This record gives sequence, structure tokens and C-alpha cells, in this order.
Amino acid sequence: MSDIENPTSRARLRSSTKESVVSQPLLQIRDLTVSFGTGKKAREVLHGVDLDVFPGETVAIVGESGSGKSTTAAAVINLLPGTGAVTGGSVTLDGVDLLGASRREMESIRGRDIGYVPQDPMSNLNPVWSIGFQVEEAVRANGLASNRKEARARAIEVLKQAGLADAERRMHQFPHQFSGGMRQRALIGIGLAADPKLLIADEPTSALDVTVQRVILDHLASLTREKGTAVLFITHDLGLAAERADRIIVMNQGEIVESGPSRAILEAPQHPYTQRLVAAAPSIASQRIQAVAERRGVEHLEEVVDAKPVVEVRDLVKEYKIRSGGFRSEPFRAVDGVSFQIPRGKTLALVGESGSGKSTVAKMVLQLEKPTSGSVLVDGADTSGMSRKEVFGLRSRMQPVFQDPYGSLDPLRSIGALIAEPLRVHGVGDEKSRRERVFELLDQVSLPREVAWRYPNELSGGQRQRIAIARALALKPSIVVLDEAVSALDVLVQDQILRLLAELQSELDLTYLFITHDLAVVRVAADLVCVMEQGRVVEQGTVDEIFASPAEDYTKRLLAAIPGAEIPLGGNL
Amino acid sequence: MSSNSTHYVAAAQTETVVVDQLHLSDKKSNLWLDAWRDLRRRPTFWVSVVLCVFIIVMAVVPNLFTSVGPSGAACDLANSNADASAGHPLGYNFLGCDIWSRLVHGTRTSVLVGVMATAISTVIGVIMGALAGFYGGFLDSLLSRVGDVFFTIPYIIAAVVVMSVLADYRNEFVLALAIGGFSWASTARIARAEVLRVKQSDYVTASISIGLSRFRTMLTHVLPNAMAPVIVVTTLSLGTAIVAESTLSFLGVGLGGATVSWGADISQAQTQIRSAPLALFWPSLALTVTVLAFITLGELLRDAVDPKSRAQR
Repeated sequence: MSDIENPTSRARLRSSTKESVVSQPLLQIRDLTVSFGTGKKAREVLHGVDLDVFPGETVAIVGESGSGKSTTAAAVINLLPGTGAVTGGSVTLDGVDLLGASRREMESIRGRDIGYVPQDPMSNLNPVWSIGFQVEEAVRANGLASNRKEARARAIEVLKQAGLADAERRMHQFPHQFSGGMRQRALIGIGLAADPKLLIADEPTSALDVTVQRVILDHLASLTREKGTAVLFITHDLGLAAERADRIIVMNQGEIVESGPSRAILEAPQHPYTQRLVAAAPSIASQRIQAVAERRGVEHLEEVVDAKPVVEVRDLVKEYKIRSGGFRSEPFRAVDGVSFQIPRGKTLALVGESGSGKSTVAKMVLQLEKPTSGSVLVDGADTSGMSRKEVFGLRSRMQPVFQDPYGSLDPLRSIGALIAEPLRVHGVGDEKSRRERVFELLDQVSLPREVAWRYPNELSGGQRQRIAIARALALKPSIVVLDEAVSALDVLVQDQILRLLAELQSELDLTYLFITHDLAVVRVAADLVCVMEQGRVVEQGTVDEIFASPAEDYTKRLLAAIPGAEIPLGGNL
Repeated sequence: MSSNSTHYVAAAQTETVVVDQLHLSDKKSNLWLDAWRDLRRRPTFWVSVVLCVFIIVMAVVPNLFTSVGPSGAACDLANSNADASAGHPLGYNFLGCDIWSRLVHGTRTSVLVGVMATAISTVIGVIMGALAGFYGGFLDSLLSRVGDVFFTIPYIIAAVVVMSVLADYRNEFVLALAIGGFSWASTARIARAEVLRVKQSDYVTASISIGLSRFRTMLTHVLPNAMAPVIVVTTLSLGTAIVAESTLSFLGVGLGGATVSWGADISQAQTQIRSAPLALFWPSLALTVTVLAFITLGELLRDAVDPKSRAQR
């Protein structure tokens, strides 16, 4: 499509969009049921889904993991994983029955009529082929080019449209030479290569930083608007859905619970489930989660500077050596002169995007990495000169909770053994008193005692995170380092864990160092915030101050990139 | 009829669902329990288990199965290559010894050497692989290169050399040492790769931040989680080790002439292959069945502990 043709075609599209509002929907799903497994073991995961996408419209399906949102999308393009099969209902695209289509017909529909942008840009490009090859492959598979030269020209055009400016040069590069955002651009390019009528985007930006997410989705929106492509957008993020879609469909446990115009859903949710979802979604308009009625939030820095800090970080620097060919290596500053203080019983959030050095700071605080220079002070004592024995003692006062609930518990140990391990290592009490302590900790994280004899793989992500919290609390530490501890959880579970953490904080007078990339979570979970960019602290202060009047451009950009920031949330129960 | 702007609300459920409800099944489950549940439904598993148990019992108490001696006074040249008769179900070999009795008594040598050789190669392999994978750096380079050197030496040839040099000290243990000492490199590679993978887990970092030393972390959290593929390789190499013993005995560098072993029997019987083919057939069958039983067990075990292959079936 050349630039000269563009205005006319756009006008034509606009008129056709108007016509189609009164006419037929582009994608029509009626009473769709999907089951996994066969015979006696069959389990229905979609129980009759009705859904319309009109030409040129963006529809978002929102739901937690296991709600069936991705299964719905996979059923449309006939790519259900494993033993999944459609057991009833109909799916039609422009009047063509997709469920009855043969494999060959479906292959020609995929790509040409329905484009697909997958979730994980890291694993959806083949690492052994160049980006150019993979885009050309898509171009040729859809019959858009008859020879090599045409395919190449079209591939460059596609990548340019997707926002990769120097596409000619980039064509020869391999996926590992691309950043996450660039890979996602390439995948969007592949998805839109054949100008499909419908684009299905399954969590297209959930693996990316918020600022990158914003840029990519803006670009995707302008691209699809220009071409009149309808978009079926799958996401777990209500704010993002509201910002990007005309209509929202909320799914829960394989059923649609509510659907309607985006704003209406967010401002006045009707169904109890949607109401809970909206209420649990953290946003910058939310309040700090408070355990009790007392005021916990800190409004001004002055209120806390007098209090003696439990954790103090002074001019922390961490350099890594990066091999630069041969035997030479260059120093790389991952953390560059970071300083902050956390007063007792407060939460400091260390915020930044990937590569900002926030996790490295956490590791140095936890004594898992040695700083290149600078110091970490715990209760006023400098940790850099500590002997092994002193560091061992320090570990009982400072415990971590990690991000991945599936990776942080040894799968071969029972829950009881896992929670008791710190007690055993530090020689606390005898077998019987340790068991009592395990029960006490399970009570504190609201899990039944019989869980102690179970293994981690029987629990959900949120429950595993509770176990990780119980283990961290076993030695009665005063400091807990939460390294993206709620980032992998669904909204409702996340909210629940954040409330649990707030309760434990006020009950046990804990001090939290909260590492996160999610500013909306910071709003509800932290008192103080410290924004990091490329190893440096850009800005720090109380949450109220920073959110009300950010001084630095970077902070402003981060805040602006929070999806759905301007949309007032209703449904607070 | 739905249109662009309708606001649809599903009928609300009367009960409010608890967020993140705990669903505990009646059955406990972890990697090994799941593998066991998967295995016990498979007939091939039970066949190979019964065979393996049978073979091991035969190796430990051969006299349960035969009262006839395998060699020496029990052999009578008058019975050379004689057919089966009452009490001698498989007949006699060239030297007039009872073939069934030699099979039963030969089991001990074969299985003992096989088990010892496998144990030796597994222990060396796991130690080398775990140290290389867990500590990394220079130690990794050093141990991995040593492993590569051993990888390039065919262990049969190495064992032939060792057994020839140590001709005066030929016994089961030396033979097992010769086989196991040269076949650990592949186990080491697998152990190293697994340890490298497990080392990345958050639970390893978590246990270090609890205060557990690195070495104890390796023992309690890394190694147990890295053992599944190693155990599978172990059962597979048990089969090959038994073959190796037979091969060495066949080549005449195995155990001394007085020792009863399948390999030695196969070696002796091959000269008589035209006149008495059965004398060759029976020890070969015993060897094949034993190796198959162990390898089948190993493969079933591998499939059972690998959730991916389990899902495909």
C-alpha cells in the first residue's frame, strides 16, 4: 500500500466501518464450549461463550489465569493446545464457518484473515533464524509475494510499519540481538503482514516494561485504525483493557460474566465478580492498603527522617565485568551510587523497569552479592566488614520473598519441612517446638495446618507465595525484602497477598523493602518510594508526594504509562 | 441479538466464591509419587520389575534354583554336549557341565559386576558433575575437560588395557572398577547440566539467604532435584555394564577361568556353535533378557519422571 493510496482507502474503510455497524459482525462466536481431555477425564473449560467483534472494533477479553480468555482466542484460530477440542457452538468469520473448515482452509485463513500476536516475545521467535527470514516466511506463507525480491521488499515494509525504523539493517539480525520491545514489534509486523481483517493479540505486552508497552500499543492502535483491522485483545489488566478497547468482555471460569462498553464496565460494574475485580485492581487513584483503621501512610518525608532507619543504604555501587571479546572485559555499572533509608515499620518501594538495577540492590541488601563500593547498614551496623558468623546472624533478621511462586519452593520437600528449615538451620528450638511454630506461621498466613504435610505442587501460585512468606517470617525477622513478590499473581490474589502483608506489617512491626516494576502496586503497598533508572536513583520521597507531583521526567513518564490511569474506578465495595 | 453497545451482565451466582480457595486432593503428590502412580498402571513396568527382582534373587541365592554345581566336580566329560534330561533342563555344555546351573551361578558375576560398575560410574559422575555445575568457574573448566578426556576413551578398550595390566588381580571388584572408572563421563555431563538448571531456582537463593552454607544447599536442595535424569541413566548403564562384563570375559580379559559368568560361557560356546548351538543360545538369552529388563525399567522411569512425555500419552 503506497502513501498516495492511503487517504482514499482510509476514507473507504471508514465508510465501510459505518455500514458494518448496522450489518453483520466480523467475528461471531455463539455458545462455544471447549473441553480438554477425552472420555471420562474430559473437563469443560468454556461453558457457552457468546461474542461478537465488529469490523474495525477493538474488543478486550479480561480475566484471571484459568478464566478461559486465551482458550477462547485459541479456539477461534483452531490452535487449541494438547487435548483441547471444541465440543459445541459456532465460530464464524465474515460468514465463513471456522469450526467446519478443513486444515488447509484454516491454514489459509490464519495469517491472511486472522493475524495473531503471541504473548511471549522471548520464545515466539526462532532463535536460529534471522528476523528477516522469519518475516519473509510469513509474507510468503500468505502468498503476498511471488519471488525472493518481492518477499524481501514486503518484509522490510512490514517491519517499518511495525515501527522498526532501520528495518533494512535489522533484517539480518537475530532475535537475541533484539530487545523485548523490538521483538514484539517484529511479531506484530508478522501478525499484520497480510493485512488481516482480525488481529488476535494474546497478552501482547505483559512481558514488557510499562513505558515500552505504551509505545507499542499506541503504535498497534494507530496501525489497526489506519487499516481498519478489528482487534481481539486478551489481557489480565483491566486498566489496559479499558484504555485500549471499545468494549470489554469479562470472563471468569469459562463464562462471560459481563460485557459492555469499556468505561461503563470500569465505572459502573454490575456483576459482583467484576465489582470485586475492579475494586482489587490497584491504580494510582487507590489508597494505601491499611491493616487497621489507624493511619499508616506517610505524607511528608519530615515525618520519618527523625526515626532511626532500620535499613540504610549508602552510595551503593555494583560493577560487573562484561566480556568484550578476547580476554578483555569492560566494567558495567549495574548500580550507581544508590542511597536510601527505611524507617522501622515502613515500606520502601524500589521501582524501576528491567535493567534499572533494583534487583541487584535487593541482592546486596540481602548479602547475596558483595557491593563494589558503598555500604548497607542494618540497625546502624555496617554489613561490609562483617564476618561470616555475623552475616549468618544477620540472615535471621532479614528474609526475602521472591517473585516466582513456582520456583521459590523446593518441590521435593513437604511444606512443613520448608517452613521449618530456617529454624533448623539456625538451631531454634527442638523438633516439637518447631512444629508448633510451623502451625503458628500457617495460621498467620491463613492456611490450614494440614498443608504442612503436603507438597508445593498441590498449591496455587498465591498459596505458594503465602508459604514463602511464612518461611520468611519463621525466624521472626524485622526486615523482609519482597522482590516482585506479587508481580506473578492475578489481581484478586495479588490484592489478598498485599492485604496479608499489610496485616503482618502492623502486627509484627515489619520493615519492607518492596522491589517492583508496577507503580500501581506501589501506590497501595508502600509509604516511601525510590525510582531507579539505569542504576541510579532518579527521584525519591513519600508515595503521596511523588504520585502527586513527580519532579523528574522519567517518573512522569512512568506514571503516565500506567494503563487506565485517568479512568476513575467504580465498584469500591 | 447483540449489538455494539449493549451492556450484558450474567446472572450473579448466589454464593460468593472465596478468592484463591485451597483445593487439596486426597492424594499427596510430588514428582516421585506422581511417577509411581503413573508406573504402577503399566504392565511393562511390572514385567520388568518382576524380571529384575527374579534376576537379583538368582544372583544372591543361586542354590534356590539349582542343586547342581556349575563347575569342577559337578561336570562330567561323559555328558559333553548331552541333551536335556531329568534335573538338567537345558542339557550340558562341551565340558559336560549343567547349562542351567551355569546360567544361575553366572547371574551373580554378571549382576554383581554390573551393579558395582554402575555404582562406581554414578558416584564418580555425580560428584564430578555436581561440583563442576554448582561451583562453576575454574573448577568447572577443569572437571569438564577431564570428563571430555574420559569421554573420548572407549571404556571397553580402556577396561581391556586395565584388565591386561592387572592380570594377576582379576576379581569382580577390579573388573567393575575398570568398567565404571571409564564410563562415568556421560553421567557427569547429565548431572552437571541438571545441577546448572536447578542452581538457577529461587529456592536455592532462598536457602542461601536463610543461612545455609553453599555446600549444604547443594546437598539438600540442588542434588535431590537434579537426581531424576541421573537415576534413569543409571538403570540404562546397568544394562551396558552387564554387557561390558560379558564382552570382557568373551575377549578373555574378564575374570579368571574358574569364575562362572555368562560372558565366559558365550566365549567358550562359540567354538562349538555348529555341534552345540544351544550352549551358546542359553547364556546369550539370559544376557539379553537381563539387559532388556533393566533398560526397559530405565526408559519407563525416564518417561514417568518427565511430565512432558507423560502428558503426551
